[in-house]
Amino acid sequence: MDAPIAEVRDLVKRFGDFTAVDGVSFEVRPGEILGLLGPNGAGKTTIIQMLLGVVTPTAGVIQMFGLDLARHRERILQQVNFSSTYISMPYALTVEENLRVVGKLYGLTDIPRRIDEVVKKLEMEEFRNKLTRKLSSGQLTRLTLAKAILTDPKLLFLDEPTASLDPDMAHKTRSLLKEVRRSAGMSIFYTSHNMREMEEMSDRIIFLQRGKIVAQGSVEAITRRYGQRDLEEVFLKIAREK
Amino acid sequence: MKLHRIAALITRHLYLYKRSLPRVMEIFYWPFLDLVIWGFIMIYLMKFKGELSGAVTFFLGALILWDILFRAQQGITISFLEEIWSRNLMNLFASPLKPSEFLAATMAISIFKVAAVSIILVVAALTFFSYNVFIIGLWLLPFVLNLIVAGWVIGVMTTSLIMRFGQEAEVLAWGMVFLFQPISCVFYPIEVLPQWLQTIAWYNPAAHIFEGMRMVLNESGRPLLHLAWATALNVVYLTLMIGWFHYMFSVCKERGLLVRIGE
Ligand SMILES: Nc1ncnc2c1ncn2[C@@H]1O[C@H](COP(=O)(O)OP(=O)(O)O)[C@@H](O)[C@H]1O
Ligand SMILES: [Mg+2]
Repeated sequence: MDAPIAEVRDLVKRFGDFTAVDGVSFEVRPGEILGLLGPNGAGKTTIIQMLLGVVTPTAGVIQMFGLDLARHRERILQQVNFSSTYISMPYALTVEENLRVVGKLYGLTDIPRRIDEVVKKLEMEEFRNKLTRKLSSGQLTRLTLAKAILTDPKLLFLDEPTASLDPDMAHKTRSLLKEVRRSAGMSIFYTSHNMREMEEMSDRIIFLQRGKIVAQGSVEAITRRYGQRDLEEVFLKIAREK
Repeated sequence: MKLHRIAALITRHLYLYKRSLPRVMEIFYWPFLDLVIWGFIMIYLMKFKGELSGAVTFFLGALILWDILFRAQQGITISFLEEIWSRNLMNLFASPLKPSEFLAATMAISIFKVAAVSIILVVAALTFFSYNVFIIGLWLLPFVLNLIVAGWVIGVMTTSLIMRFGQEAEVLAWGMVFLFQPISCVFYPIEVLPQWLQTIAWYNPAAHIFEGMRMVLNESGRPLLHLAWATALNVVYLTLMIGWFHYMFSVCKERGLLVRIGE
């Protein structure tokens, strides 16, 4: 088996006395979509923020591409990107200008060509020259996705990427992500509290509850182990056991 | 430090100002009105010639120079606020961008702002009040450089506080600098301050600049010592503030505040 893209060992995050992430270990394998599933407040966002180096872990080790994040921040972050519902992009810039800035920030070569590709892939032609302020929420989501795949990351973090989308857009976004993964061969680390979405998207799932991993594996393996029909039932079972 | 990342942030702000009339107005509106008011006060005071005139001719110059410091500070703080307002901080700091590169970019942006506002004010003072700042002569260059750095010191300090205490501290972006104005002795000589405040003022680089400026205008000697003090204090303070910014940055990452500002 190939070496993991990311490896997390005994990750802990405490905010004061409150433990948000409590000794979590997992790995992201090359080319896989790994889903992080858990109720609100389980610690999903905190884990992603630690992997992106914007929140410092209280304890534990984070490695990506065989490098330690604490010591090789710049080299690692050059090869990852993220999108989520709680970020946005500068409102007073057009979509295209925003993408250009991101391209420069990551030191891409041939930025115009990369932007053309991504704009085409995400079907953004009709609002490419629109001000970001004037985008609909679906268009804004596509823009933040575009900025994430523009830099051709080896590992893409997505924190509830479909949360603000209507079912149709959410469906389109999911197909798009699968397509991106296929064509670019990137690994995706994905959070959601939507079980159906998880079942559809993920190769493997991590169940997180109150900062702890309570189950881990493929959808089939997990449902089989817990003797349930689908993830939702497993989820309810686990949640009520505790 | 990587130049392309600094350039990316500068580009982002140039796009912003290219399109936003309110932002461009913000740069020119207040300084211009200040200039008009002080210009008329100057004309009025000129009627009482004699001993006052030395101080009076200094007013407009002082005003322009104070504004340089103020704009230099704003260049830093507002650039940071822009990222909060557009929920863009995480996009930046989850990229390979380093805090030092971020600061370098805001400093470059502040130089653009200072240059823009200086040109307007210098030309306006000349056109409307026949006032020529360049009577200060070649001393102007080191003075201006020091004022910019003094503005950066306050700008980096304010930015660190906003980062740590969130948007509630936003007013500091406009207010903080005025805390330093009384001890900067912009419009009056330092000797009018009570003794204890004078002692404090001597630790303020801006006070040395404005004292030095008065020396030049009164033709009472060469302000080398003031310049040396201002430069030395600026270097020390800027180094300390950049260190403090980095410290606050790591505190914010520790407490998970960096990604929560503006929520
Ligand atoms: N900066 C912070 N300071 C204090 N508590 C925090 C901070 N960030 C997150 N938390 C807490 O940590 C827990 C996990 O939050 P989060 O990771 O956002 O959960 P999820 O994304 O799974 O909904 C929540 O109870 C939240 O209130
Ligand atoms: Mg979350």
